[in-house]
Amino acid sequence: MYGFEALTFNIHSGYLEAIVRGHRAGLLTTADYNNLCQCENLDDIKMHLSATKYGPYLQNEPSPLHTTTIVEKCTLKLVDDYKHMICQATEPMSTFLEYIRYGHMIDNVVLIVTGTLHERDVQELIEKCHPLGMFDSIATLAVAQNMRELYRLVLVDTPLAPYFSECLTSEDLDDMNIEIMRNTLYKAYLEDFYKFCQKLGGATSEIMSDLLAFEADRRAVNITINSIGTELTREDRKKLYSNFGLLYPYGHEELAICEDIDQVRGVMEKYPPYQAIFSKMSYGESQMLDKAFYEEEVRRLCLAFEQQFHYGVFFAYMRLREQEIRNLMWISECVAQNQKSRIHDSVVYMF
Amino acid sequence: MSGSMIDASSWGAALVRISPYTFSAIGIAISIGVSVLGAAWGIYITGSSLIGAAIEAPRITSKNLISVIFCEAVAIYGVIVAIILQTKLESVPTSKMYDAESLRAGYAIFASGIIVGFANLVCGLCVGIIGSSCALSDAQNSTLFVKILVIEIFGSALGLFGVIVGIIMSAQATWPTK
Repeated sequence: MYGFEALTFNIHSGYLEAIVRGHRAGLLTTADYNNLCQCENLDDIKMHLSATKYGPYLQNEPSPLHTTTIVEKCTLKLVDDYKHMICQATEPMSTFLEYIRYGHMIDNVVLIVTGTLHERDVQELIEKCHPLGMFDSIATLAVAQNMRELYRLVLVDTPLAPYFSECLTSEDLDDMNIEIMRNTLYKAYLEDFYKFCQKLGGATSEIMSDLLAFEADRRAVNITINSIGTELTREDRKKLYSNFGLLYPYGHEELAICEDIDQVRGVMEKYPPYQAIFSKMSYGESQMLDKAFYEEEVRRLCLAFEQQFHYGVFFAYMRLREQEIRNLMWISECVAQNQKSRIHDSVVYMF
Repeated sequence: MSGSMIDASSWGAALVRISPYTFSAIGIAISIGVSVLGAAWGIYITGSSLIGAAIEAPRITSKNLISVIFCEAVAIYGVIVAIILQTKLESVPTSKMYDAESLRAGYAIFASGIIVGFANLVCGLCVGIIGSSCALSDAQNSTLFVKILVIEIFGSALGLFGVIVGIIMSAQATWPTK
């Protein structure tokens, strides 16, 4: 019952909530980012990171370091935190935590299928996969020729199986199909996650609905912008939008017919929460849109921590860590390539 | 014989024919049982958060045991009142067992038990939930501890109110003399 979660939440999840809040205290602050931005090379970055929670993961790396090593080790910390939490979790929290992984699974599937299409080696692709999205038969994905085989050979045993009902065709896989497949799968996953959170009820459903609705709307805008000028028809584009969120259904109608970015801006400015995002960009500029969306997402994720006794903090923590790893990757790349003037273009500060 | 104003076949008659000792015993049981329920509920709510938060911030453990102690105090109130109530039980001769005086004594002990039990239940819950938030906030920012402790102190006063009224109520429990 909404409002009375405090009475029974701690029975199963009190310990894990306290742990996740402890992890949140270890996220990098603006002061840490300022130190990192002033580093001259990657060894300096490693030295600064050794004072943070990433220390144990980076200390055994030999120099010279690569940016991919830094990102890989930091991702390991995220995976370790996640595994510790999911070991201790009981139902329904363990299902909730599993849902957080499915997005990464979809990304990994698309990575391997695209890589195979471009004749890359399977082992090399598997090393590039995100560790949270690994499942047992992932290497077999390289064998499939079309989507039906993909489903029948590999994916029917994975948790992604129910998301495939809308995209089973016998067409051969090519770049366009794979992108459409990725978006269809992600749409089904978001809707499933949304329904699950609604079923949980209480504060979890309120906070997660807001976060997932923002995710759905952001994907709708990105799909629209990326498909301007391609051969994706309007009906196909509309089929890729999720059936929940602030933009559903009228915003989707308008977005489906947009042909350039200014029209997209016109549609989005009718919705007050998104008006603030679009007003930060001047006309004709779309590079800053990604960063504006990330900033808005981080703002909402930090707000999830304001309330106690709900599962949204776990989702928010995972997302904030991923954003932090993206920040570290950007900073490392800028430092490694000596382009420190561009560092502040893409770093999203959290606290 | 009591019940002269009550129709012999109504529910009211059934109520006054229940022995006052039944009511007294139930009152004593509720006073200790429900108080301990409240204390235990509060302790597990605050304890699980405290254990998890202490992993990243070990300094909070000693200070935050105060929350657990406040919850425990609630159980002690219940024990004290139960002991006081059971000293109020006296035997009366069977002829006087359903007199108005006896019924009054039985009801007084029952009411006292309910007052203390349920006041302590909600007090234990209140202190437990605040204690959990206190542990988590203290782990992030140690200046918050003392301020949240003030809220907890107000919360634990609720149990004290219940004990006071319960003891005053139990003073009413005078059985008829032989």
